[in-house]
Order: sequence, then structure tokens, then C-alpha cells
Amino acid sequence: MIGFVVKRFVNYFILTAIATLLAYVLASLSLNPAQRYLGRNPQPSPEVITSILDGLGVNPNVPVLERLWTWLSNLVTHGSLGITVDNQQVTDVIFARAGVSLRLLIIGSVIGAVLGVVFGVWGAVKQYRISDQLVSYASFTVGATPTFVIGVVLMILATSLNGLTGHQLINFSGEYTAGLQGNFLVMFGDRLNHLILPTITLSLTAAAGYSRYQRSAMLDVLSADYIRTARSKGMSRNRALVKHGVRIALIPMSTYFAYSFALLLTGATVVELVFSWHGMGEYLVRSVQQNDINGVAGSVMFASILVLIAGTLSEIVYAALDPRVRV
Amino acid sequence: MSMVEDAQVLPVTPKAQQRGPRPASRLRLIFAKLARTPRFWVGTLTLLVIVLWALFGLAFYNFNAVSQDVMSMNTGPTGKHWFGTDEIGGDIYAQTVVGLRKSLLIGFVVGPVSALLAGFIGALAGYLGGVWDRVIVWFIDLLLVLPALYILIMLYPLIKGGSWVIVMVYLAIFSWMILARVIRAQTSSLRDRDFVKAARFMGVKTSTIIRRHIIPNVSSLLIIDATLGVGAAILTETTLSYFGFGVQPPDVSLGTLLSSGTGAATTRPWLFVFPAAILVITVLATSLAGDALRDAVDPTSGANRD
Repeated sequence: MIGFVVKRFVNYFILTAIATLLAYVLASLSLNPAQRYLGRNPQPSPEVITSILDGLGVNPNVPVLERLWTWLSNLVTHGSLGITVDNQQVTDVIFARAGVSLRLLIIGSVIGAVLGVVFGVWGAVKQYRISDQLVSYASFTVGATPTFVIGVVLMILATSLNGLTGHQLINFSGEYTAGLQGNFLVMFGDRLNHLILPTITLSLTAAAGYSRYQRSAMLDVLSADYIRTARSKGMSRNRALVKHGVRIALIPMSTYFAYSFALLLTGATVVELVFSWHGMGEYLVRSVQQNDINGVAGSVMFASILVLIAGTLSEIVYAALDPRVRV
Repeated sequence: MSMVEDAQVLPVTPKAQQRGPRPASRLRLIFAKLARTPRFWVGTLTLLVIVLWALFGLAFYNFNAVSQDVMSMNTGPTGKHWFGTDEIGGDIYAQTVVGLRKSLLIGFVVGPVSALLAGFIGALAGYLGGVWDRVIVWFIDLLLVLPALYILIMLYPLIKGGSWVIVMVYLAIFSWMILARVIRAQTSSLRDRDFVKAARFMGVKTSTIIRRHIIPNVSSLLIIDATLGVGAAILTETTLSYFGFGVQPPDVSLGTLLSSGTGAATTRPWLFVFPAAILVITVLATSLAGDALRDAVDPTSGANRD
């Protein structure tokens, strides 16, 4: 099992590393870092611009592979991802923002996966009953709704709820209330309150996809002979469904999780932008808008590492659930 | 001319009756199954209505997407302005119809084009096998590492100032990968079938084999995903445009429209709710139709597994 997981990890590692390097090249070719300074009044002289760009390591006159090499060797020797246009270390920015994204991603994906699996299994067991139809149509509708629309609709609902009750029950703008004073509990509650709508948004989108997939995986399993065998041995229906049904139906889900992780990242980015959270997805967008190549490369690398972790995790779950790969 | 043809066809009919009922062809079975699926009718009819509405929705309407009604600014839905107006008296109904046209056009081009791309690349990998297969699959996996949205956002400087056609091209380039893997798996099981072998040993060119024998055999998958791809493309396009990375002004899509309506969404919901509802209904219709197609075509999916 360890050999299998290590092999898959190495494969993922190579893929994500190359994807990051390609993203660096892509950003270097498409972004124009000088533009930021050309609009200034008075306009800086070309020498000044050149020296700034050289300092950032993004001078377009240096061949892109040479810049990539410098960036890479800085990363390996100094652990530095370069500096942003605001003269901060990209690594510092990442450390400051990573928690925001991770909080959203972890809570959102766990709730989304649990809801998706539960509703998927439920739909499969109750196939064609009203409850199955309801879950099906609900997941179709959520799947057909862009994440930002879900977010904005939730904001509209929360605003009217706050208006109806006359209290600021649900806070949704930003990640915490700026300037709030209080002890740890007050601050923690405030952050929790700000988490509600973004988490609902992200888990809903994730759950919609998972439940469709889980339902069809579960239907495959339900028609299998070993469920009948287990039942005829005298196992109760629920026990057979859980021990032989859900466990087997989770195997394809672990692969699907790795594939759908990119969707989760997309969703988290959209959620960060809609609810004005300063996470890593928002950082990528801001860096593109500011023509900040180092910022783009740093946030892409962060995303790649998450993809690497998610992929390896799903392989571990796969190996744990499917005894065949352990032999 | 057609009368003559009809006359010639007529005598054949009794013979056919003598042979008894024709064996049901696969295509007829699929259509019979589709006709019995409510989801298919709901999806296709809704889609048809939406397309017709996008085409003719402004024909009998007094305002267009750029007209400004100084007499009614910031009003909710009325008999005159069906979806209300924005702060400069622009008509939301007219803007929605125009935005819907662009989003539909992008969806209807990107869905089929990316399915075709997936078909050819997947079939090539599966058919060639060996080193080529591994190289292509590795390349697909590489493209799948990062979310397509990230790549499209990074390409934004190349879209900026360009027309919506560029957005469409980029969307098609970055949405074929997952389907290509599915097609590849199907193709590698097809390549050892006798009819493919026969063609190969007769010296038929690889490109011809893929075009004549492989693609038709995976065409059901392609049709399903072309349908589902329409909705997926509309979703990606509106998300990109919503954040300003997709369709650029002065072009209008549902995404740009939602983006301009979102600031006032809590106080003047009609700016956001109507275009959003149209968007959701459109994508929902394509996914219902696509799902029904999948059930009808794929014997191992959904409704066929009792």
C-alpha cells in the first residue's frame, strides 16, 4: 500500500511541479509588469522602470527561461518566491492569506462531501421515490447555478432576514468585523458568523456534484450480487447497505474527489471574491490585475501544492478502501 | 417532382408489411426511450423556448439594450419595463435578451467544439496506444492540475480589449480534457475489435480509421457531452465575465449584466434576480436534456439499472 501511494505521490509531484513552472512562463508571457509604472504621472524614466523590473526579476527583456531559472534557484536556495509589486515577500503574503483559504476549503469540502455522500446514498436507496426526485432536481438546480449567483442570492436572503428580525444576525462582508473589540470568544464568534454564508455557498456547490456521482456509484453497487449474498446470509438490510454498499461505493468517489478538487478551488476563489475575503484565490486575481508575475506564480504554486495534497489523500483513501491495491 | 417520388415509393409498402415489423434499430430504441423520459421533454422544450425568446424577444418590445428612458429610472418591473430599469433608465428586459444571445451563442459553439476536440484527441490517444497514448494522457493530466478558471484568468491580458470571440476560443481550448480521458478509455477497447483491425490491415490511413470507425462508435458520448458542455461553457463564461475576465464591454453577456446588477442586488433585486433566473433556467435545461440523453444512450447509466 505504501509503495502504491508513494508511486502516485511522485507522479502527482512531477505533474504539479511542471504545471507550476508552466504557469510561471504563461504569466510572464501574458502579463506586462511595466504597465503599472507607465501610467504614473510624472512618468518614471525607462532606466528607473528597468531597474525596478530587474529588482523584481520580471524584466521582459531577459529571456523567460533565464527568469524562470532565477526564480527557481531563489526558491530552492533561499525559500523565497520573490517580492510583490508592493515590495513584500510573496511567501509572507501567502502565510498571511493561506489560513483564510484553507479554513474555507477544508470546512467547505468536508461538509460538502458528507452532505453529498449522504444525499447520494439516500437517493440511490430510495430510487424513483419522491425523496430521490427531490434530491435529484435540487442537485441539478444547484449544479446549474453559478457559484457567484448562489452567494449573492444568499446575501439578499440574509439581508432581508436581518431586516426582518431587526438585528445583524448574519454578517457576510469580509472575513471578520473590522475594529471589533472583545475577548477571544467574541472574536471567534464573529469569525464563525462570517463563515456561515461562504461555507453554505461552497458546500452546496460541492454537495451537488458529489451527490450525483455518489448516487450513481451506489446504484451500481446495489444491483451487485454480493449485497444479495450478504442479505441471504442473514445480515440486516441497513448493515448490508453500510458494510458492503456504501464502503464499495466510496471507492470511485475517492478518484472523483481528486478530479473535482479543481472545481472546489474554483468555487473557493469565487466565494472569496463574492464575500470579499482576502484569501489565496483573491490574491491570484489581484496579482493578475496588478501585473504582478511573482504574486501569480506564488498563488499558483499554493494551488498546486493543494492539488498535490488532495490527490495524494484521495489515493490513500482509495488504497484504504480497496484491498486490491494493497496486494 | 415529389409527387412522382411518392408514387414510386407506394408499391413497396405491402412488401414491407409481409416481412412483419422491422427489427428495432438502436437509433429507434434511443428515440423511443427519450420520448418516454419527461426530463428530456422538459429540457429540450425549455431550451427551445429560450432560444426562440432570445431571437424574437425584442421584436415586439419598445426598448432596446442601449435605450435610456429618462421618465423611469430605478423602477421595478412594470408593464412598460417588464424587468425594471437601472439607474440610468436602461431597460433590464432588453439587456437580458441581448446578454442571453451572447451567452447562448458562446455556449452553443463551445460545447460542441470542445466535445469534438475531446473526441479527436481522446480517440487518437486510445487508438495509437503505446508511447503516444502515455504522452497525450500525461499532457491531459497536466492541463487538469490547475483549474481552467485560473488559466483563463491568467490569460486575461490577452483577452482585454479583444472581442468576445477570443473568450469563446479560450473556453473551447480549456474545456475538453476530462471528456478526452473518457473517450480514450472507450477507444482503447475499440481498437482491438475486428472491424477496426480489418480496416487497419487493409491499409486504411489512421486518420480515416479514426474518422470513419472510432468517432462514430463514441459519438453517443460526444453528443451527450456536447449537450452538457453547452451549460458548462455558459457557467464558465458568466463566471469569468462576472469578475471582469471574460466578455468585455461594450459586448454584453449574462455575466457582465449580472456583474453590473450585483452592487444593488439587495436594494433593487430586479437588477440581479431576473437575469440570474434566466441563466439558471438555461443551464438547467441543457443539463436535464443531457442527462436524459445519457440515460437513453448508455445502458449502464441511471434509469437502466434495475
